Amino acid sequence: MLESYLGAGIMMLMAIGIAGGMVVMTSMLGPKREFADKMEPFECGESPIVSPHQRFSVKFYLVAVLFVLFDIEAVFFFPWAILFKQLGMFGFIEMLLFILILGVGLLYVWKRGGLDWE
Amino acid sequence: MIDDAIEFLEPYTYLIIGSVKALVIAGALLGIVPLLVWLERRLMGRFQVRLGPNRVGPFGLGQPISDSIKLLFKESIIQGSADKFLFHLAPAIVVFTAIVTFAVIPFGDPITVMDQEIGLWAANVDIGLLFVFAISGMGIYGMVLAGFSSNNKYSLMGGLRSSAQMISYELTLGLAALSVIVLTGSLSLIDMVNSQDSYPNILIQPLAFLLFFIAGVAETNRAPFDLPEAEQELVAGFHTEYTGMKFAMFFMGEYINMVTMSALVTLLFLGGWNSYGIPVWPIIAFAGKVGFLLCVFIWLRSTYPRIRYDRLMTFGWKVLVPLSLLNLLVTSVFVVL
Repeated sequence: MLESYLGAGIMMLMAIGIAGGMVVMTSMLGPKREFADKMEPFECGESPIVSPHQRFSVKFYLVAVLFVLFDIEAVFFFPWAILFKQLGMFGFIEMLLFILILGVGLLYVWKRGGLDWE
Repeated sequence: MIDDAIEFLEPYTYLIIGSVKALVIAGALLGIVPLLVWLERRLMGRFQVRLGPNRVGPFGLGQPISDSIKLLFKESIIQGSADKFLFHLAPAIVVFTAIVTFAVIPFGDPITVMDQEIGLWAANVDIGLLFVFAISGMGIYGMVLAGFSSNNKYSLMGGLRSSAQMISYELTLGLAALSVIVLTGSLSLIDMVNSQDSYPNILIQPLAFLLFFIAGVAETNRAPFDLPEAEQELVAGFHTEYTGMKFAMFFMGEYINMVTMSALVTLLFLGGWNSYGIPVWPIIAFAGKVGFLLCVFIWLRSTYPRIRYDRLMTFGWKVLVPLSLLNLLVTSVFVVL
């Protein structure tokens, strides 16, 4: 059972090697000529005045919360989908109710304007 | 002497085979990236009635190789106010997740070499599809951290946009794949291909195929969904501050993700390595389907303009999510009857 994950483990080690190797290589190869203007953040030629870490739109936060809600509900579908043929009618009606609840939730967010970007 | 060596290595057979397979797959992935860059530039050239790169080597094939050598020897500028550790970590995460995701992608039936059955995959895990979603979902961290650590307004905006976009479309990706899981009754990608040996899933699940592919294009941040790196408004977004190889690593991640997404669509909807009567090797059938989908990715890029950000989000939540729920419902009705 765990043997099948060995391949994935080897792949992970290899990926760490490749990704790490590239970052180290590009830092070692190549010239290093630093001066003050070059070290400034890119701002189309201007010097940045304010910090970039300002407050951002609440919409991004809202989308993240909605994603957590809906994705956790979607995760419940996975075990159901695998066993669906064995569960038969019972599983279908149970999941029908679940999809309806999910749909009502989506409709509610929709009507409250949670999905609108202005 | 040789017998002794074989006897000594016997217990490690599994480890050796696994390492060789991982090495070959990782090498192939790294080799595909320059090839794909070349293909994209050539095809884009043709789409725009120009030649594209054709000077370095035959058909310009040397162009991506000379580009990557150039990028490797460029100065790696780390902007003064950047968070150094996260700045280095971000591109590494992108490449890492892109390569590891490919570990569970199978591309053919097992072959037998020297009495050893060798599967054409790096790892055959029962939860293949979940593994893909889990690892590729981690790729978002790379982009968000790149935007955050750069300490640059445009980068932060790009990072925020990409996180909101990718989590929105991940929902559709999962829900569209669910209808195939309902039909197959398994999360294993190999079982999914074997269940399509008489006809591909696209014939009975055309809507799920469309939803999955659209969400896949959005997940890989390809045009017309390339909002995180919109050049005109964000000057390349989350990788504005990156130079040299670290800059190229984001592109490597993007192109490997394109290959993975094409392979996933092939496995889930196009019947994987089944060739349906056409006499070609299974692996050629698989590569052909993946190659075609990669061309579709490039075709989309040269056909559609970038969509507006509010349209992108409302399209994801108001069109794709309800449609994928509906598709799941209809599929389960047909399966249960």
